[in-house]
Amino acid sequence: MMSAHPLIRLLDRGSTLFLILLGAFAIAIPVLNLLMPAGSALHVSTYFVALFGKYVCYGLLALSIDLIWGYVGILSLGHGAFFALGGYAMGMYLMRQIGDRGVYANPILPDFMVFLNWSALPIFWYGFQNFFYAMLMVLLVPGLLAFVFGWFAFRSRVTGVYLSIITQAMTYALLLGFFRNNFGFGGNNGLTDFKDILGFNVQADGTRNALLVISCLMLAICFLICRAIVTSKFGKVLIGIRDAESRTRFLGYRVEAYKLFVFTVSACMAGIAGALYVPQVGIINPGEFAPANSIEAVIWVAVGGRGTLTGAVLGAFVVNYAKTFFTSGVLAPYWLFMLGGLFIGTTLFMPRGIIGTYNNWRANQADKKDAARDNAVPSAPPHAAE
Amino acid sequence: MMDKQTTSALLYLDGVSVSFDGFKALNELSFIVEPGEMRAIIGPNGAGKTTMMDVITGKTRPDEGDVFFEEGTVDLTKLDETEIATLGIGRKFQKPTVFEMHTVEDNLQLSLKNDRSVRATLFWQSSADQEKRIDDVLDIVRLKHLRQRVAGSLSHGQKQWLEIAMLLAQDPKLLLVDEPVAGMTDVETMQTAELLREINKTKTVVVVEHDMAFVRELGVKVTCLHEGSVLAEGTIDDVSTNDRVVEVYLGR
Repeated sequence: MMSAHPLIRLLDRGSTLFLILLGAFAIAIPVLNLLMPAGSALHVSTYFVALFGKYVCYGLLALSIDLIWGYVGILSLGHGAFFALGGYAMGMYLMRQIGDRGVYANPILPDFMVFLNWSALPIFWYGFQNFFYAMLMVLLVPGLLAFVFGWFAFRSRVTGVYLSIITQAMTYALLLGFFRNNFGFGGNNGLTDFKDILGFNVQADGTRNALLVISCLMLAICFLICRAIVTSKFGKVLIGIRDAESRTRFLGYRVEAYKLFVFTVSACMAGIAGALYVPQVGIINPGEFAPANSIEAVIWVAVGGRGTLTGAVLGAFVVNYAKTFFTSGVLAPYWLFMLGGLFIGTTLFMPRGIIGTYNNWRANQADKKDAARDNAVPSAPPHAAE
Repeated sequence: MMDKQTTSALLYLDGVSVSFDGFKALNELSFIVEPGEMRAIIGPNGAGKTTMMDVITGKTRPDEGDVFFEEGTVDLTKLDETEIATLGIGRKFQKPTVFEMHTVEDNLQLSLKNDRSVRATLFWQSSADQEKRIDDVLDIVRLKHLRQRVAGSLSHGQKQWLEIAMLLAQDPKLLLVDEPVAGMTDVETMQTAELLREINKTKTVVVVEHDMAFVRELGVKVTCLHEGSVLAEGTIDDVSTNDRVVEVYLGR
């Protein structure tokens, strides 16, 4: 059988449904927030808009992890680092936009630099007043770090838990670095007190809704890029590497080049997620580099179903909704236990995650149907070539 | 680097030694394979058969000795697995190793001789010519009716054949086949012998195998390894009656 038309390959049933749902949310939430009067039953609160926008960013982070974990078997326990770096790049732009409206009213230096008695802007802060430069850095900084890190790790054939451990060490090292005041990124307070983005007030309802829509759009675009990657022959090589790395190597594929490419793409996506996250939550601090954050993101993917892309996003939404729900009630002190339990439970009872289990169930149903049909009609004689 | 060897051999090993923590897996191993030949390699466990394959395919670097390909023009000790595979040496592993999650068709699609670069595979489209090449290879290994099956669901013997098909799709000059009939039924074993003879019409083949009935069926020159070097070489009858071979390997 010839392979299907590229567009059909790209958009299978699940992917189409996913994009439709995402589009529906991206339209319905702003409409219900901005157009419905505050008293109406249909009104969506601004709190919910910001919350949903945050989930979408988490969904994009989960997607980027699924691309490397689900399809190449690279378990990164440090992807939060790329997310945070993208976030810091955006935060630096937002800091420069404050201008002289800061507490110390210095037109060039952000407040924390004035506080530290710095007299000039460090060189690596140059250019961040320009939005496009900052957006370039959102992609470039995580991408470059992933490229250099991956180049050394994959060339030395570091795999499995060893790779996971060094990714964890990477994010921890960054955490320690960013905590330091003399690192130049605001120390443990991070970057906050943002005023506006491209001239729009970051607190305004209109801006929040616009950020939500842009986040959904970026998630959709990144999702399509991931789909294009995993459904191509390149994607088949990735799965080959995941399941039989030496076979792939002995067939003549440069395994390290494949890993490096997809790891870098994934890091850029995580960076975009972080950049969209920061204006919506209003702060970026070194806490985002915490190893626990990266591990939590891996749990989202496991719960939703790795190697499915849609599952990763679903997992991010489900776990984070649960987190929002449980951490705001009487069960709040027990949330981490629940999260741990969820991960153990998923691993033991639903190793394929939500979407993976569903896909499996559907495939079994289809098999049963086939079997029933085969029993009804006497099967054809064995193939002549046998 | 020493001078290029002057030899007509496709594969030339001279004085190759490899040791792991003091254990000499290969001990001054020397043998040559002529173009178009099929060679069977036998020997007891630990004789160095798999290590020899590792050295030829670039997985293991020899401590000493020369390994040359294509009339001594290419020094294999300087290259890695990917480069050696691209040169035209295909390897079948001892344990059948196919892409279990992919269909038989996709397994072959990935094996076909094509540009292996990241860019090429990202923007790759199948073509009628490619489909035909897959058909041809499937015909040779008699798996055509299983083209759309997921490789993981194949029987052990079918996986062995699929892996051989993957080597063929690579269109290599030399096939290294490690224990192709391990775990096969007698009928499958004989079919595999026939298959390898068929392949040998156009390609050079080196087969490592324990199954003496199978080696006899192949009817080719046999090399017996023992403790990392060549113990005996010749026809199956010569080798199987050689006193030393009987003593260390075949038993009386």
